[in-house]
Amino acid sequence: MSLGPYTTFIVTSYLAVLMVVVLLIAWIAIDYRRQKRRLSDLEAKGLVRRSGRK
Amino acid sequence: MTLIDLANPTRFLALTARALPWLVATTAILLAIGLYQSAMAPDDYQQGATVKIMFIHVPNAWLSMFVWAVMSLAALGTLVWRHPLADVAAKAAAPIGAAFTFLALVTGSLWGRPMWGTYWEWDARLTSVLILFLMYLGLIALWRAVEDPSRAARAAAVLTLVGALNLPIIKFSVDWWNTLHQPASVMRMGGPTLDRAFLIPLLVMALAFSLLFITLHLAAMRNEILRRRVRAMQMIQAQAGKPQA
Repeated sequence: MSLGPYTTFIVTSYLAVLMVVVLLIAWIAIDYRRQKRRLSDLEAKGLVRRSGRK
Repeated sequence: MTLIDLANPTRFLALTARALPWLVATTAILLAIGLYQSAMAPDDYQQGATVKIMFIHVPNAWLSMFVWAVMSLAALGTLVWRHPLADVAAKAAAPIGAAFTFLALVTGSLWGRPMWGTYWEWDARLTSVLILFLMYLGLIALWRAVEDPSRAARAAAVLTLVGALNLPIIKFSVDWWNTLHQPASVMRMGGPTLDRAFLIPLLVMALAFSLLFITLHLAAMRNEILRRRVRAMQMIQAQAGKPQA
C-alpha cells in the first residue's frame, strides 16, 4: 500500500483520530475508577443514600 | 425492558454492566474490519490516496451531528417528560460529541490542504461545523459553571434545543450556498454516488464509530450516575455535620 505524496496528511489524520479516541477512553476509565473510589470511601464512613436505605 | 424500567438508575447500571463487554468487543471487531477495508481500498482517480481520509472524516462528521440530535432528544426528555436519566444522557454525550466534531474539523482540514490547496476556508459548511464545536464547548462550560444539577439541566436543555437549529444548516449548507465542500454523496435523494469500493468501507467505519459512540456514551452515563450519587452522599454528610438549632 503506497500513499504517494499525501502520506503525511493521511497518516496525521489517522494518528489524530487514534490519539483523541484513546484519550476519550482513558478519561472515561479514570473517571469511573475515581467515582467508584469516592463512593466506597463515603460508604466506608457509614453514609447511605436515601434511596439505598432499607 | 421498557424506557420506564431504564428510568431507574440502578437498573440502568445493571444493564450497562451486562452490555458494555459485548459492545466493546463488537466495536473493536468492526473497527478492525473497517480499518483493513480502508487500507485495502483503491486510490480515487481524482483524489489519489487522500480518499482514505474520507473513511475517518465522514463518520466523525456524521457523528458530530448525530450526537447533538441525541442530546436534543434528551433535552426534550428533561424539559417535557422529566426523565431522570435524560440530563445524565445529555451531559455524558457532550464531551464525546465535541471530540467527534473536533476530529471532523481536523481530518477535514488535513484532507482540504492537498485537495483544495487550503487547510481552512470560511465557507458555510466549515463555519457551521465550527459553530457546532463551539456550542459543544459552551454546553460543557455551562454544566461546569452551574452547581445545582437540576438548574444546569434545564438551562442546558434549552441551549441544546436552540443549537439543534444548526443541524439542518450544516446538512444543507452545501446545497444552499456556494461552498468548497462537496455536496452529499451518500445520504442523498437518488442513492449514493460513491463506488462500492469506497462505499462499503465507509459504511463499516460509520457503523464502527457509531458503536464506539454508544459504548463510550453508556460508560460516561454510568460515571455521571456515580458522580451524582457521590454528590448526594456528600450533601448528607454535610447536613449531618451541621450544628442543630
